[in-house]
Amino acid sequence: MSTTARKLNVAAALALAALVTAGCERPPVDEVQHGYRGTGMVQMYNPRVVAEQATHNVVPAAQPAAAEGGPSAGTVYQNVKVLGGLSVGEFSRTMLAITAWVAPKEQGCAYCHEGANFADDSKYTKVVARKMLQMTQKINADWKPHVQATGVTCYTCHRGKPVPEYVWFKDVDNTAAGGLGNRAGQNRSTAAINGASLPSDPFTPFLLGAEPIRFTGATALPTGNRKSIKQAEWTFALMTHMSQGLGVNCTYCHNSRAFNDWSQSPPQRAVAWHGIRMARALNNEFMVPLTEVFPADRKGPLGDVAKLNCATCHQGAYKPLYGASMLKDYVTALAAPVAAAPPPAEAVPAEGEAAPPAAAETSSTGDASPNGAGQPG
Amino acid sequence: MAMLSFERKYRVRGGTLLGGDLFDFWVGPFYVGFFGVTTAFFAALGTALIVYGASLGPTWNIWQISIAPPDLSYGLGIAPLAQGGLWQIITVCALGAFVSWALREVEICRKLGMGYHVPFAFSFAILAYFTLVVVRPVLLGAWGHGFPYGILSHLDWVSNTGYQYLHFHYNPAHMLAITFFFATTLALSLHGSLILSATNPRKGEPVKTAEHENTLFRDIIGYSIGALGIHRLGLFLALNAVFWSAVCIVISGPFWTHGWPEWWSWWLNLPIWG
Repeated sequence: MSTTARKLNVAAALALAALVTAGCERPPVDEVQHGYRGTGMVQMYNPRVVAEQATHNVVPAAQPAAAEGGPSAGTVYQNVKVLGGLSVGEFSRTMLAITAWVAPKEQGCAYCHEGANFADDSKYTKVVARKMLQMTQKINADWKPHVQATGVTCYTCHRGKPVPEYVWFKDVDNTAAGGLGNRAGQNRSTAAINGASLPSDPFTPFLLGAEPIRFTGATALPTGNRKSIKQAEWTFALMTHMSQGLGVNCTYCHNSRAFNDWSQSPPQRAVAWHGIRMARALNNEFMVPLTEVFPADRKGPLGDVAKLNCATCHQGAYKPLYGASMLKDYVTALAAPVAAAPPPAEAVPAEGEAAPPAAAETSSTGDASPNGAGQPG
Repeated sequence: MAMLSFERKYRVRGGTLLGGDLFDFWVGPFYVGFFGVTTAFFAALGTALIVYGASLGPTWNIWQISIAPPDLSYGLGIAPLAQGGLWQIITVCALGAFVSWALREVEICRKLGMGYHVPFAFSFAILAYFTLVVVRPVLLGAWGHGFPYGILSHLDWVSNTGYQYLHFHYNPAHMLAITFFFATTLALSLHGSLILSATNPRKGEPVKTAEHENTLFRDIIGYSIGALGIHRLGLFLALNAVFWSAVCIVISGPFWTHGWPEWWSWWLNLPIWG
């Protein structure tokens, strides 16, 4: 072999080695055993990846507690439909928190509120925010089987961004490459399904529609189960998304010797079962009704509204924000629908008097940006 | 005991690696040697410990008996007998027995004056086992990553360990290993059917020779690798199947903690796609 050929071979071998090892990690690795020894029920974590991920899951400091008492927000301000029962102090504090959690820093209150008239509903973001407040209250009040006492706040999904990082839209078209027939939803590898060739939009059938997820028969031998491998692949795609969204592997919820058997499954599977129902209900009860509210540039290519899946809240963590509860600091406003304010014993302030507090709020929300500086960007 | 035709060549003195003439004897048709003694020792002790472990367990059902490795919390330390310590000693016994058997094969090769192909091939199987119960657990930092010794339980371990990486068919080394396993069985079936056909001709016809064998494959695929070549190819395919199996499990965990589909993002991210 000539020297040139040898050099070329060495270069090719090095290039191949670099290509292959570029996609690799290295020991040491962290593992979490959560099954009987020797069953392989183990979560694998790269501590270097987790350390990086932890920087995205820092809980921002809570707003200082509001003073006790005071008139209710509904009596002081106009057009307060969801949080009217809160005291003015608690209401302002919640608005400050939401601004820091959701609004772009350079816009602040103006992201949702039009000019000086905070009662004005002309910005679509304000209409959406109101619906999202109701959604947050609904989750914390009625979806405890999934969110437990930890609960959620706007920050669980938004993390300081006006649009949560992980949302989904319907898949564009179903034509195979080169126009060769129907690709059955497959072969468009996306990060949401770990880059597999499985159906890339398992959300439309399972988290918007209510197609049956279970495909395993009830008996070991086929006795009338008509589910197909193709159906199994849709379920596999949904499950892969759940793994991806939570940063866990299949054994977090299943003993793979019998995926379908509840008696052999870790308890996390029951929590996840409620999570699937929760995501489906929230998409249908809160997101889809907002379709006409959003402008076209906030919608998907098929004109559908942004919808949520497991990753929207979890963002790669087994529990959103590793299980830290932000709700505990906003229980009055977000833990459940706020009861309407009791009729005031004294005369309701005249409308003219309602404006100054609103104007005062404008100046107070000027402090929202510094507050927002404390959160991870 | 009557000797088989090739036994005269087999029953020769010497060729031992250890123990000189002391263990250079036969029991019936079986050569013993120093490594025959150590094989018997480790195999008997290991089997006895498995039976003892089964007696501590909940069942005597042969399918369900399982000797499980320690909890991960024991790390690379020694666990109490009933909490995985038995698995650790049985693993030592298994490796002792397997390696002894390979070295006994080496001694027999030396007696016969032949190459070391047989122990070399067997050592790949030992390597695969060693990788599963020693190399990977050491890289991950706990003996608990070994597989349990049980007919069904080790299959459950394989299943769950595969699903730790979401979809194991995307593991590149697993792809190679599967391909080699299928190729080796295809080659064996082609070769076996050819030899059986050539040596069992139609009534009244003579047994066919290598000329017929070569001609058959030249007719079908335009090429015959030949009588020696097929055995070299078979060895190559079989050893690669085992080798890449060992690679596919040792990279799962120590060198990749995510889903295997995701590993292929380097391919999807190549700048050659439109």
